[in-house]
Amino acid sequence: MTPGEPLIRWDWLASHVGEIGQRVGEHLELTVIAVAVGFVVAFVLSLVALRIPRLYGPITWTTGILYTIPSLALFALLIPYTGLSLLSAEIGLVSYTLLILIRNIVAGVRGVPAEVRDAARGMGYTDRQILWRVELPLALAVIFAGIRVATITTIGLVTVTALIGQGGMGYFILLGIQLFFSTALIVGALGSVILAVLADGSLVLVQRALTPWTHAR
Amino acid sequence: MAARRGATVELREVTKRYGDTVAVDHLSLTAPAGRITVLIGPSGCGKTTSLRMVNRLIEPTSGEILIDGQNVLKEDPTQLRRRIGYVIQQVGLFPHRTIGQNVATVPELLGWTATRVRARVDELLSLIGFDPSRMRDRYPAQLSGGERQRVGVARAMAAEPPLMLMDEPFGAVDPIVRERLQNEFLQLQRAQGITVIFVTHDIDEAIKLGDRVAIMRAGKLVQFAPPGELLAKPADEFVARFVGSDRGLKRLALLTVGGADLDPPVDPSRLDGAPVLAPSMTLRDALAEMLASETQVGMVRDGDRYLGVLTLSHIGRLLRTEKPK
Repeated sequence: MTPGEPLIRWDWLASHVGEIGQRVGEHLELTVIAVAVGFVVAFVLSLVALRIPRLYGPITWTTGILYTIPSLALFALLIPYTGLSLLSAEIGLVSYTLLILIRNIVAGVRGVPAEVRDAARGMGYTDRQILWRVELPLALAVIFAGIRVATITTIGLVTVTALIGQGGMGYFILLGIQLFFSTALIVGALGSVILAVLADGSLVLVQRALTPWTHAR
Repeated sequence: MAARRGATVELREVTKRYGDTVAVDHLSLTAPAGRITVLIGPSGCGKTTSLRMVNRLIEPTSGEILIDGQNVLKEDPTQLRRRIGYVIQQVGLFPHRTIGQNVATVPELLGWTATRVRARVDELLSLIGFDPSRMRDRYPAQLSGGERQRVGVARAMAAEPPLMLMDEPFGAVDPIVRERLQNEFLQLQRAQGITVIFVTHDIDEAIKLGDRVAIMRAGKLVQFAPPGELLAKPADEFVARFVGSDRGLKRLALLTVGGADLDPPVDPSRLDGAPVLAPSMTLRDALAEMLASETQVGMVRDGDRYLGVLTLSHIGRLLRTEKPK
């Protein structure tokens, strides 16, 4: 920190409201794309794993490896192929959501009570109807738990993508570090945390609206 | 609702093998239309496997299963199941659907119009003693075990199936609720004339509900008879042990006071404290009252008519001579 510099310069904040808003928008965009694409990929892989149980091991093993690659290294590795682009950022972000989402989708579907499945079959549901009308709706609570974790993790990770020219709130964090400027650092970090908390809260509300049976009295 | 719409189910030499294990061994029996056929036996005797082969949740290794003469093995399993009611012990209501939506399951699969489904749901909820407007929109988690079981039965009956398969449907509720559910179910079944195949391990339930009872052991049919005959003439030692050493008492529960011979009426003042019995009472209940009184006899009255006196020796003679129904 520069000596004599206050922790937060409110005049800087006031003059950068527009830019902060724009970065928040970027941050959300990066997150939503990552979680949405991640969910679609995870959903397809989960259906495969549910249909062919012996593939569940290899699928979680592969996505587990992806999950353990340090994010900085992953982005660096991608640059030669996809450059300093949105695509590079999203490839990284999406791959980090897969393990959590697949595990929760599969666990949610497998957690449907056997007698519910038996009754459904006994009444003449086809396998496809059982999946879409019984198993997936009942798995929603567990699936949403996965989406929440994936979203929060992604919101945090998005800041790192500032290093490859994306990054939303990460831009301010980087700026703060480069200029020894605490105001920007705090705006970036705190902004990312607030986004995560708000996103999580919204997802809880969506989940409650989608699963009325879990809280009926 | 037509009274005679039950289907006849015929199992011919049905066998199910799992590797070297034979779960069901050349089972042949006919479940008559509009009647309750009970499958009973110790754990692992093949009763549930036999039941689940009828709607093809399990595929037989060999043999034929006919519903009204049609071989079920030649039908599409899902279409077949939509025509057969199915109730299991754990009920298996869909937790994410309301009671009304649960009951509507099969009618909706069959593509009934919304109005018809709605009317049928309300009819069934009333039939099982629910107020439709109060219960329709609740979720299963908001119901007691007994209520859930009732909904399970209503759901199975929704599309007016000619046949219902029930696997220990009243096994998970307490004895008082169980008895009430059994009585309600008997009434419903009689009124609707549905054929029922019913699996239980509870011999009292089998005797109470069964028009015919099939006792199974190690995948084989040991005896197939009306409950009275099962109690009066067990086919072998195994059946005798299975129905219990108190089978005489159990038979009394199937006989009524009206079926017994009586001594001529005796002046009531000489029978001080003797219980008054109605002809419709079961002999088991009558016996209990007689034993509790000092005179050990009962006065049989049909309304105002004093028919005679029932004694312990009449009951004994009836047990020895009564042809099982």
